[in-house]
Amino acid sequence: MIGIIRFVDSHYLRYYLTMTESPTTSEQIDLDRLRSGDKAAFAQVVELYADRMYNLALKISGDAFEAEDILQEAFISAYKNFSRFEGRSSIGTWLYRITYNTALMRQRKKHPDTVSIDEPIQTDSGDMLPRQFFDWCCIPEKDLLTGEALEYMGEAIQLLPESLKPVFVLRDIEGLSTAEVGDTLELSPAAVKSRLHRARLFLRERLSEYFAERAAA
Amino acid sequence: MDKHTHHHEDRSSCHELLGGLSLYLDGDAEESLCREIEQHMKDCENCRVVVNTLAKTVELYHEYGKSQMPQEAKQRLFVALDLGDYISSSE
Repeated sequence: MIGIIRFVDSHYLRYYLTMTESPTTSEQIDLDRLRSGDKAAFAQVVELYADRMYNLALKISGDAFEAEDILQEAFISAYKNFSRFEGRSSIGTWLYRITYNTALMRQRKKHPDTVSIDEPIQTDSGDMLPRQFFDWCCIPEKDLLTGEALEYMGEAIQLLPESLKPVFVLRDIEGLSTAEVGDTLELSPAAVKSRLHRARLFLRERLSEYFAERAAA
Repeated sequence: MDKHTHHHEDRSSCHELLGGLSLYLDGDAEESLCREIEQHMKDCENCRVVVNTLAKTVELYHEYGKSQMPQEAKQRLFVALDLGDYISSSE
């Protein structure tokens, strides 16, 4: 097990940022020490947020090595910019935004035609219409979450349009609230809800196809 | 939705209700919309399947997301960030 062994002493804490999205909600971060470049405080942030930032990077990129690079770059960027963090959003939201932007920048370098999340999404409801009506709800859990199914689920995320993918990952996989996703991606709550719904419908189609094929095999 | 077994007016209801299904599943829908969806599902097998499988999709991805960064990757990250001194090797 890896653990951080030099956390800040509580009596040094002057500014508290409760990390509502973090599993370790009782932990608190000393922003002053982060701003002054204190490595122990930085290590605490890395320990607290690495897992969830890695998950986001992995789901966005679909590649474990790329996710590591994204995370490294994102944390370096955060370390350099803690002095600019004004605390208007939570530190977690701020770090998610940096991770997402880093992932997107790297993707654009590799694939310049990458569509931005700001790109307007199609409003025609034609692409939302369900086509698959196989009822796979009653398949036992152990048969639903097989290794193959998990792999397929990962591939299906990669098929999501770029305008929908980060919304789905942050909201339904990472469990952020609508407001937090909106803050992270700079989208209105209505846009988050609309994109989330389209992403869910898209993935439902893919999973329905998969489970229907598996049932027929 | 296609392949519906009921009459034409209901097909348009399917389309109208489709946009509100996530609000319904997330508990964010108005009471009137909830009633409308539930009433519609009683008569519409395809919509019932869509709602149930949509809920299951969300549930499966929630389970799918429960993965942690591999320890080796985290270790590499700490070293790359010049935070090697803050890694504990205790099991």
